[in-house]
Amino acid sequence: MTDRDAQPLLSLSKISKRYGGVRALEDVDFSCSAGSIHAILGENGAGKSTLIKIMSGVVQPDTGSMTLTGTPRRFLSPAEANAAGVVCVFQELSLMPDLSVADNISIVGPPTRLGLIDAKAQRRRAEELLASIGCEDVNPLLNVRDLPLSRRQMVEIAKALGKKPQLLILDEATSALTNSDVATIYEVLKRLRREGLSILYISHRMHEIEELADRASVFRNGRHIETFPMGRYGHGEIVELMIGREISAQYPPKVKRERPAPLFEVKKLTWENRLRAVDLSIGKGEIVGLGGLDGQGQKELLLALFGVLKGVTGEVTLDGKPALPGSPAEAKAPSRRIALIPEDRKTEGLMLPMSIAENLCSASLDALSTGPFIDRTKEEVAITDAIKRLQIKIGSPGDAVATLSGGNQQKVVIAKWLMTNPRVILLNDPTRGIDVGTKQEIYALLRQLADKGAAILFYSTDYDELIGCCDRVAVMYDGAIKVELEGDGITEQALIASALNIDAGAAARSGHGVHG
Amino acid sequence: MTAATLKPRRFALAADDKPIVIASAFIVVLLMIGTGYTLATQGTMTLLSPNYLLQQLQIGAFLGVVAAGMMLVILIGHIDLSVAWTLAAAAMMATTVGGAWAIPTGLAVGLTVGVINGLGVAYLRVPSMIFTLGVNAVMRGLMVAHTGGFAPQTAATDLMRFLAAERIAGIPMAIFVWLGVSVVIAIVLKRTVFGRTIYAIGNREAAAYLAGMHTRGVIITAFAACGMLAGLAGVLLAGYSTKAYQGMGDAYVLPAIAAVVIGGTNILGGRGKYLGTVVGVILIVLLNSVLSIMQMPEAGRQIIYGVVIISMLLVYGRNQRVTS
Amino acid sequence: MTGSTPDWLIRLRQNAGLASAIALFAAFYLVYNMAHPKGFSPQVFVQNADEAFALVMVAMAQTLPVLLGGLDLSVGAVMTMVNCLASHLVVGSPLQIFFGMTACIAAGAAFGFMNGCIVVYGRIQPIITTLATGAIAIGIALFLRPKPGGKVDEDLSWALTNGLGDFAETYHLFDDGKAAWFQPIAGIPVAFVLLILVVLIIWVPFRRTVIGRTVYAVGSAEGAAFMSGLPVNQAKLAAFTLAGVFAAIGGLFLAIQTSSGNADIPQANSYTLNSIAAVVLGGTSLLGGSGSAIGSLFGALILRVISFNFRIFDIPPLMQSLVEGLILLAAVSLGGLRVLRIKNRLELFR
Repeated sequence: MTDRDAQPLLSLSKISKRYGGVRALEDVDFSCSAGSIHAILGENGAGKSTLIKIMSGVVQPDTGSMTLTGTPRRFLSPAEANAAGVVCVFQELSLMPDLSVADNISIVGPPTRLGLIDAKAQRRRAEELLASIGCEDVNPLLNVRDLPLSRRQMVEIAKALGKKPQLLILDEATSALTNSDVATIYEVLKRLRREGLSILYISHRMHEIEELADRASVFRNGRHIETFPMGRYGHGEIVELMIGREISAQYPPKVKRERPAPLFEVKKLTWENRLRAVDLSIGKGEIVGLGGLDGQGQKELLLALFGVLKGVTGEVTLDGKPALPGSPAEAKAPSRRIALIPEDRKTEGLMLPMSIAENLCSASLDALSTGPFIDRTKEEVAITDAIKRLQIKIGSPGDAVATLSGGNQQKVVIAKWLMTNPRVILLNDPTRGIDVGTKQEIYALLRQLADKGAAILFYSTDYDELIGCCDRVAVMYDGAIKVELEGDGITEQALIASALNIDAGAAARSGHGVHG
Repeated sequence: MTAATLKPRRFALAADDKPIVIASAFIVVLLMIGTGYTLATQGTMTLLSPNYLLQQLQIGAFLGVVAAGMMLVILIGHIDLSVAWTLAAAAMMATTVGGAWAIPTGLAVGLTVGVINGLGVAYLRVPSMIFTLGVNAVMRGLMVAHTGGFAPQTAATDLMRFLAAERIAGIPMAIFVWLGVSVVIAIVLKRTVFGRTIYAIGNREAAAYLAGMHTRGVIITAFAACGMLAGLAGVLLAGYSTKAYQGMGDAYVLPAIAAVVIGGTNILGGRGKYLGTVVGVILIVLLNSVLSIMQMPEAGRQIIYGVVIISMLLVYGRNQRVTS
Repeated sequence: MTGSTPDWLIRLRQNAGLASAIALFAAFYLVYNMAHPKGFSPQVFVQNADEAFALVMVAMAQTLPVLLGGLDLSVGAVMTMVNCLASHLVVGSPLQIFFGMTACIAAGAAFGFMNGCIVVYGRIQPIITTLATGAIAIGIALFLRPKPGGKVDEDLSWALTNGLGDFAETYHLFDDGKAAWFQPIAGIPVAFVLLILVVLIIWVPFRRTVIGRTVYAVGSAEGAAFMSGLPVNQAKLAAFTLAGVFAAIGGLFLAIQTSSGNADIPQANSYTLNSIAAVVLGGTSLLGGSGSAIGSLFGALILRVISFNFRIFDIPPLMQSLVEGLILLAAVSLGGLRVLRIKNRLELFR
């Protein structure tokens, strides 16, 4: 628990950043000191990732300034930041899959002899760095492409350490690691702290932060709320800082009623080793949430139900009739009318350069056409309706959808599927990276759709949403549904306990009250 | 949002029209340069005589038909290098079969090759560049085996000659054929589900697939159409030259790609208007003819040809998606 | 996957494409030599090496833009252009010949650099850029040689297209090539030695520079390469320039081999298309990032040895295209079968 506020290594002053209309950071003052592990806490969209992107030169702030060991600095590229000793291990991996581990670790400034890369020295360097993080089992000759995700993440960390950082930023760097890796990384990080490094640690796992960090900063809605030494607050208080107090009001009221008869039923759904006999049923007019830690099979479940995965076994029925689709085209066919709002709207939900109108119609062209021809009158009416119904703010429907803000883009994705008049709606984290106003509109819309008789399956990484929106929540763990929470039983405590697959009472006592 | 404000800009990206306008302006400039040259040297305006222009369009029709098919494939983000020998094979098989079945045979050859290309690309997901290259080599081998490597002795049928070389009311039939193809393609691209799916695939295949579009079927159909149009061009060209000959398609592949790209279609797919391809074809044909009027040696023609493509793209191609 | 896998096995797996290309070539070449009445003799090697050299160079040239994830449709044209240039410049005094050859290579390099500039700064796709500049190169070739002809120094032509012994004799080295120690290697084709030299002097060092590695990095993940602060633009320029150099060496040799220049457009196109096939047969991914010029070298040799076999087995040479095409389709389709193993269809689109 060192406290070296006197001499910050890196400090930010009055930093603001906007993306389009969305405020990512607002007037942030922040500093971190040498010889400390500093946790950064906040919900998704709190501004954590923008903060570290600014520190590591990936994006430039709109306003504000940054000083490193007292000198004003401005990093125009990650390379500049690295040269100054600020190194970030990003969530999205920065490795080149077709190059070897050794190549990747020494990708910048490799050891050379006579001007040529010295492969032997480079390999030794890789071996040393990998050994220093307990990763001797990775052969530096292997291509990164051939490594499992957990090994890639370790290589990424080795690469970062090879740059001799003064400030090391780890952004969810442990999310794919095995337990033994995590233990090794803890030791490495503690050693580095002793050696005087400053480490910024971003994780959604509270116990990691408890074990490692000596200080923590909480961010919310792009603002720096508070920085405090670990141990000052209990978990409950930290969670309150992260959530703020203005929650519950933004969700439409849930109506207590009898559980409706099942409309969409899933039995023993299995795929590879990612889905293990999933049982689930959704009634007409019900919103069922999918909870759990990221990567427990939630995305795969949605894709399987939409016909994207090959080799799915099990039974899916809609209104008692078999309904497991073999492709998205079958999923949306009139006999099923299943819709999926995909994970990544930019690559899976939209054709960005195409017009808003074309995107809106892309899932319902069959209904809008006579024979092979698109019926322009029908199309126009449908587009006007959709835009009005979702209150999408646009200039003209002929504009490229890329010109819209994130929230409006997501509305286009949702509107596109509503035009197919779906009976089952699958949503994969639909509010990620979207402003609060649009989020509220989406929540209201989902409730409205349910009231009109749709069955909705809603995966979210945001526990608040699950609590606020869902009639029931099915929590997944390791490819199966472990617990179903219902009505007042949907609490943060219960969600987290079941996500970690532990007993709720124990979780309440130890208070793993952090969510993402 | 009222229907009135909806109408005028629907689906029309202004950026798509820019290449067409610039290429058209360049065509006018070409005509002016050529006419200026003939006025100065011969005192005539050969280039502007309707007959001469019709003749150029007739020659352009063969390239135009190939380019129409190529455009479909480029729009979905692929390319078809097999059109050279698909064209030649269609011509050779059509003249071999002869009679009433000549033209259907030619078209069927093209269609078959196109479907094979489409299957390889859509199901095996082999890069179209290399798959169609392989298919081209195979077709060439088959045709050489069929003809023994000599010029085929069989002649084009009367109907083929009529379609390619005759005139009706002074207008060459080939132009009508090109026009017919153009109208169909333009309507398909603009008004049909198939057309809309083509653009969607070219922009983001994953999103098109997740929107429940029949992406594989459309990819195969696009290649099939491209093959069939190459077959049609082969039939026409054989009719125009009264017979099929070795390597008759070689001179059409790269110019067809160039015409499509000059017309503003993104080489990576997803964007471009059919009208642009027509303008691109006319530009290339006129450029060739002005250069030959000016008795430009082949060397100068090739250089100017390359410089024109590069400069057109530098003018309006810079806003294209950069790789990844 | 773990440390227990021996290094050689890892290397073999990473170079599976190259290994199968070598194996295929070896098999074809063995069959050819066994069927040839003068099989395994220096004369046969010399003839084969001469016939293969230009295509090998053009295939190596094509490799670099492909590694970047692009394509160079101008390699055959640049080869032809340099071929015509060489038919003017590679004559006269030894000094003139030397400068002539240097100028030829420089011309190829300059042309490749121009391609690179248009791609990098003009932001036009490589395939369409080189489609256009290919026409320019052919134009220059036609300007230099409207009709086939020209002349190349005869001694040079003789010396470079025969065995090392003839080379020594021509230039009065090692007792006119009669030195006893020289005899065991006198039968080695000069073209073969040149090939080795090009690989050792240009390709191997290039691969081990930061720029060379950046070429691979760009093809593998351009975004990550940029984020890592690698010299992305320089790597692209270098790749196209080097492609120009390789194509120029091919064109220069072609001139020396034929003692003339010929602006043959079909020949240029066929070299370009064959170079793409050779690159793929050599195990380089058209998506970029993996493969090597050495693989392409063997890919080109496979294509050439197919035609040798046609000659020796008296198959009409015109059938060659069919066999080449089928081999190419079989190779890429086998690779395409991995698609069947993909269980998440979204992965198909990446």
